[in-house]
Amino acid sequence: MTQAAPAPPPASCENEPALLRVDALHKRFGENHVLRGVSFDVPSGGIVSILGRSGTGKSVLLRCVVGLHQPDAGSVSFRGHDVLATGRRAALRQASSYVFQHNALFDSATTLENLVLALRARGSLPHALQVEKARELLRHMELEDAAHRYPAQLSGGMQKRLAVARALVTDPELVFFDEPTAGLDPVRRNSVFEMIVRLQRARGFTAVVVTHDVAEALLVSSHIVWIDQGHVHFSGTPSQFEARTEPHFRLFRDSLDALRQSLLN
Amino acid sequence: MVRSGGGLRARLVRAIYEIGVRCLPVISVVAVFAGLVLGLQGHYVLSRFGASGMLGTLVSLSLCRELAPVLAAIMVAGQAGTALSAELGIQRSSEQIDALELMGISAEGFLVGPRLLVACFAVPVLTALFVLVGISGGWLSGCVLLHQDGHGYWAAVHDAIHGSDVRECLLKALAFGLATVSLCAYQGFHSHHLGEPGARSVSAATVRGVVFSSMLVLAADYLITALLV
Repeated sequence: MTQAAPAPPPASCENEPALLRVDALHKRFGENHVLRGVSFDVPSGGIVSILGRSGTGKSVLLRCVVGLHQPDAGSVSFRGHDVLATGRRAALRQASSYVFQHNALFDSATTLENLVLALRARGSLPHALQVEKARELLRHMELEDAAHRYPAQLSGGMQKRLAVARALVTDPELVFFDEPTAGLDPVRRNSVFEMIVRLQRARGFTAVVVTHDVAEALLVSSHIVWIDQGHVHFSGTPSQFEARTEPHFRLFRDSLDALRQSLLN
Repeated sequence: MVRSGGGLRARLVRAIYEIGVRCLPVISVVAVFAGLVLGLQGHYVLSRFGASGMLGTLVSLSLCRELAPVLAAIMVAGQAGTALSAELGIQRSSEQIDALELMGISAEGFLVGPRLLVACFAVPVLTALFVLVGISGGWLSGCVLLHQDGHGYWAAVHDAIHGSDVRECLLKALAFGLATVSLCAYQGFHSHHLGEPGARSVSAATVRGVVFSSMLVLAADYLITALLV
């Protein structure tokens, strides 16, 4: 397969100062060099989708950005401040939240307690107000009837909604979604993307979504970052991504057409 | 099943249930049989030297100074320690611990803190119970089954145990309880270093937790005894 050169160092998107800037990030696991100098910007207020095939390091990238993995080299800055330096991660963690691929809900806490715990960790609201705020969001997410149920007693879709609710209850500026539609059927996948867009528009947060659902990502995103083999090969708008004609772009982007063609042949 | 929820009180209640209540039956059963065996062996050994009247002394001091703290701690490791390692291992592999860290909550303090606090009180109480049940077991085998003098047995128990023996017993129980819970928690917490997160790493963490804490209890028993004797 022909490989394009990695994308040049990040340039600010549409002349706006980046909310989050990832610069020359490297991460190795033993001999496996997963991230090989990943750089891109996240502008404020939109949905940035990080696309790539399975196993290309998208989730590792997200975990490096929030500090769950320590990168070997490179920098991550949030509002212009380096957040990888010791003791400075709190700034990013305070302003952001994270929706895990498998939700990571606290299984020994009820739906309501999952949300209250997130509020208690972040804010100084009195307990009664925390409960009120959590209940309001549960109502908004159509989970009110499940307030006193445990995560294991919820359906897959409800668990995903609860994970998103837990991420949003603290009114974050930036929300990371790690493969939010992994393992879901097409109908549920669409509803998750629809939920992300609806909530992003209503609440105004910036979303960074790691996914390999190309068609959905192109539809909902304001910015696309494409990673392959540890490099950023593209960073730009969805229309710019669709306009690229190099074979490896087309192979990834139009994989359904390629499969159809291959079967016909 | 007792769920922990998010509040400190709920987490303390759950820790009391797991370390205190759930260990109670297994510790009682082990204590009875430890006492029965001690009474039986003690009777035959002491009879050889014409000192069968010392059975109460032998049983009570053996239990109070050595057997009760060690066996109770090993039972806590087997019952509560394995549960703790497995639970933390699963919480690690299902990213619940990562979620806590990203929320700015100290996962160690949130998940392990209440258990350590409860271990400080529950393990000494369980050990004291072990001593009482074990001495009763010694009486059962020595006096009821082998027809030794019951009054003499209890008088020997009363004369044998001094304040320093009780202090040594409780000090060991406290140290072993903290060591057991800490080590099992550590193994569960770091289960992701034992292989790919999942069933095998959780299983490895659980095994290491109980094996290492049992070895640590025995090593610490020697050290504390050597310091106090």
